[in-house]
Amino acid sequence: MTDAQKSLLATAKVKWWEPLLWLAAFAVPLLVPSTALIVNEIAIIALFAVSLDLVLGYAGIVSLGHAAFFGLGAYTAALFCKHINPDPHLGLVVAMAASAVLGLAASFTILRGTDLTRLMVTLGVALILLELANKLDWLTGGTDGIQGLVFSPVLGQFAFDLAGRTAVFYSLAVLLVLFFIARRIVNSPYGATLKAIRDNRLRAMAIGIPVHARLVSVYTLAAAIAGAAGALFTQTSGFSSLDVFEFHRSADLMLMLVVGGTGWLYGGVVGAVVFKIMQDLLSSITPQYWTFWLGLFLVVLVLVGRDRLFKPWTWWKR
Amino acid sequence: MLTILFDGIAYGMLLFILAVGLAVTMGLMNFINLAHGAFAMVGGYITVLLMQRAGVPFLLCLPLAFAGAALLGAVLERTLYRPLYSKPHLDQVLFSIGLVFMSVAAVDYFVGSTQQILHLPEWLKGRTELGSGAWTLGMGHYRLFIIVICAALTVLLQWILSRTRFGSRLRASVDDQRVAAGMGINVNVVFLSTFAFGSGLAGLGGALGAEVLGLDPSFPLKFMIYFLIVVAVGGTSSITGPLLAALLLGIADVAGKYYIPKMGAFIVYVLMIVILLWRPQGLFVRQGGKA
Repeated sequence: MTDAQKSLLATAKVKWWEPLLWLAAFAVPLLVPSTALIVNEIAIIALFAVSLDLVLGYAGIVSLGHAAFFGLGAYTAALFCKHINPDPHLGLVVAMAASAVLGLAASFTILRGTDLTRLMVTLGVALILLELANKLDWLTGGTDGIQGLVFSPVLGQFAFDLAGRTAVFYSLAVLLVLFFIARRIVNSPYGATLKAIRDNRLRAMAIGIPVHARLVSVYTLAAAIAGAAGALFTQTSGFSSLDVFEFHRSADLMLMLVVGGTGWLYGGVVGAVVFKIMQDLLSSITPQYWTFWLGLFLVVLVLVGRDRLFKPWTWWKR
Repeated sequence: MLTILFDGIAYGMLLFILAVGLAVTMGLMNFINLAHGAFAMVGGYITVLLMQRAGVPFLLCLPLAFAGAALLGAVLERTLYRPLYSKPHLDQVLFSIGLVFMSVAAVDYFVGSTQQILHLPEWLKGRTELGSGAWTLGMGHYRLFIIVICAALTVLLQWILSRTRFGSRLRASVDDQRVAAGMGINVNVVFLSTFAFGSGLAGLGGALGAEVLGLDPSFPLKFMIYFLIVVAVGGTSSITGPLLAALLLGIADVAGKYYIPKMGAFIVYVLMIVILLWRPQGLFVRQGGKA
């Protein structure tokens, strides 16, 4: 094996701390049942962040409208449960498929133009879906959303409960599976071509990488994962409302990904944990004005840079 | 029908004044500034608060709104924005979203979250009707006032950019910062004054638009999308592009809300995506021009 092969394969190897991290994630709600609801929420947004990382961190596409796929997944899961079948597994698969189809269609809008154009079209897609969900009230319940959904038990055994004990393990399991699929993909030669596209699209094209096909496929895949996150959100909370499409969802997502680090799948997971804990702390101190501190945090983060954020003594050096 | 056209033009003109500062920062300085709406909100609140609490007449409030937003813009440009010019777009997006979140919460804290009502002077409240039947043209005096002011500002802007020494310095600084600096142009001062002027225009737009668009703390988030559409659709290489885009958007929005109210803002978003797919650099960009 050559050195190049070795160095490429090194990133794909499972590190010693990875199984520990996942064991810890499953152990926390088991040992402290009162944390089940928040761990469930973290697992869902972590999955959502992993999806954005595929697009932003690996393919370099700046998206302000990733909530489009999350929301479509959430509504698909809700409608599927209400009208067709309350089985959560089937709902999850259908939601992922629906989001993947939307992702495939939307991916053609991100191939051309500049960062600004992409920001606008991704944002536009999410806004269109928000308007649709708002106006098609015979289907989506309009501003009331779809409520009172009852899903059948997971694996036919574990019914969803109010304390979120089933929900948290269900979400963690889905996160685990999809995370390792994503991990396998970004560490493959395919993933290497994505990074090449991110770093220099023109050069990537020149060495024969089919840039457009790669972007379309990764965007579709990311959309499916975001749809899974949305479906989990609906299935574990029992409702779906317009909130899933809102702009702040996309913006918060981007924030947590940047906090944790882009181009590193665990970055999304770390960011989701940090963000959720920060949100809980801040909103318990100032329920109405916590967005101010969120904004301040963002501004400071960008101005001093992520690597220096936790070393305040270096902030004033150039 | 003419009335709708007229209202659409007034709305479009207003959007143009609100967004033109953004076209400059985004197009000329290549900075994605999502916080532009916050400056507009500052202008709006300066006007409303001065009129309500200090009884300052409306016409005097407009220049004050301009000055206040411009001053704020200058201070922020000098302290926060300048280090970010060379950073990647992602950082700029995050930074300016952060500013938006802060401004929304801060205004909520100091003024309250209720919608502010602007009391127009008597002479702006009326309405004149011309013609009859299907071709009636009903002109609200305030809309007419907006059109006149915005048209005058557009002419002034075009003149500044294309005919004055400052305009040529700005265009030179944008095309090549290093060479411009070498020619003895103080690039920092040029950018600072441009940014301040753009923010001031946003403030003025916010003051003028408080009555038409409504003013509450969520203003920057609600209208950010409209400003961005104007700039993205119009292209950023000239100010005629954003002007035409703003007029198009204003008329489409007003007409859409009048004829098919069920669709809401849907039309505008679809229109934007279609245009951007067709011309990703904006509608009115010359091929081969600077991207």
